Amino acid sequence: MANKKDLIDQNLQDLNNDGVDRRGFLKCMAWAGTGLVWTLSGGIPVSRAFAKTTEKGGSKGSDFSFVQISDSHIGFNKPANPDVTATLQVAIDRINAMPHKPDFIIHTGDLSQLSKPSEFDTLDQALKGATAKQVYFVPGEHDMLSDNGEQYLQRYGKGTKGSGWYSFDQKGVHFVGLVNVVNLKAGGLGSLGHEQLEWLEDDLKAHSASTPIVMFAHIPLWTIYPDWGWGTDDSEQALSYVKRFGSVTVLNGHIHQVMQKVEGKLSFHTAMSTAFPQPAPGTAPSAGPMKVPAEQLQKVLGITDVNYLVSGKSLAIVDSPLDGSSASSKAAG
Amino acid sequence: MRNIKTNQSVVFTWSALALVAIVSIMTLRGALGIVHAANAEPSTGSTEVKIDNFAFTPGVITVKAGTQVTWINHDDIPHTVDSTEGKFKSAALDTEDKFQFRFTEPGEYPFFCRMHPKMTGKIIVQP
Repeated sequence: MANKKDLIDQNLQDLNNDGVDRRGFLKCMAWAGTGLVWTLSGGIPVSRAFAKTTEKGGSKGSDFSFVQISDSHIGFNKPANPDVTATLQVAIDRINAMPHKPDFIIHTGDLSQLSKPSEFDTLDQALKGATAKQVYFVPGEHDMLSDNGEQYLQRYGKGTKGSGWYSFDQKGVHFVGLVNVVNLKAGGLGSLGHEQLEWLEDDLKAHSASTPIVMFAHIPLWTIYPDWGWGTDDSEQALSYVKRFGSVTVLNGHIHQVMQKVEGKLSFHTAMSTAFPQPAPGTAPSAGPMKVPAEQLQKVLGITDVNYLVSGKSLAIVDSPLDGSSASSKAAG
Repeated sequence: MRNIKTNQSVVFTWSALALVAIVSIMTLRGALGIVHAANAEPSTGSTEVKIDNFAFTPGVITVKAGTQVTWINHDDIPHTVDSTEGKFKSAALDTEDKFQFRFTEPGEYPFFCRMHPKMTGKIIVQP
């Protein structure tokens, strides 16, 4: 195992060739909550500083791209961010200002704070202003609070299965949206449940191992910090179904900060929130909104841009803070 | 006199032992992270469970049958109070929102937050 890992690290270094030590960089980046790019090329993930990739034209010539936004928490109005609608608007403005127009947007949940119709209305209104008209959603625990999620499902779950899971294909990439925020057990973490797992296994069967897979769900599908509930009890089973695929990208929200992990052909990534940051695991008495000085707020909120190249079968992921600063300058943390 | 003194001394010794035993149990409870509020004397009438930093405080509380328990959320994030056995279920409690439930039947009532299920607690109702 160690040898294989070393080999992969060596490959990463070679492919990277940007003088950034990947491990050191990741360690640093994990809490910086800003930008980082990594590319899946032939199943081998490569990390790069944001500025480098944009220099090299990360988005240029990509076959399609999409943007992940997460944790808008419309309705939240506490000191950590008294105007979450405004910061969502900044996120949408940034999406609209991208030199390449993303094909669609994925929202990885916690659209609202309290599942109120007025909160969903505000989110819908803001998203109408996005140039990318197609938005794919999965619910967060904040979106399923009333009537067992009926409000959410009526608005965002048309054509989905169960509590809102579904899949779709885009230019040869298979996307799977999963729900891990309902029917949670006392003392447990996020949960997909038996019915959804069966559906997932069946859904993936139809695809060849060379199909790139993008799985997205609200709560991380890898265990980040169980004490704070940052993980999913039955994610291992879900991940066992994708083991045979050559490239699997897992996109999550919930923790309001960028974290990533590469495990063989699996690449895990969490996005920043558009509403408020949360503390790094274990650095505060609990999870929850973290207050930062007002002028720093837009450095810790952001969006995630994903570019896909059919030729190289590669995905490039760039996290951008809302204030427009590049990641590299903040990677020193 | 001697005998009485001896008896008193014995009584005292047993009391001391009992005290040591009680303290040991309390220490053990503390070490196990179990919070028992008013365990010896169940509270009556009404009592409160606070929600702070994604935790119910006290986590375990003993009350007399007929007691109304009020949960109050002091966090900036909504929480819920759900009976693990489906006996009660709050709506989402926003900051400073309350949920109340009157426990009439003796028994144990575990509960959790359905948004953050790591948050658990228990109401013990005595006759």
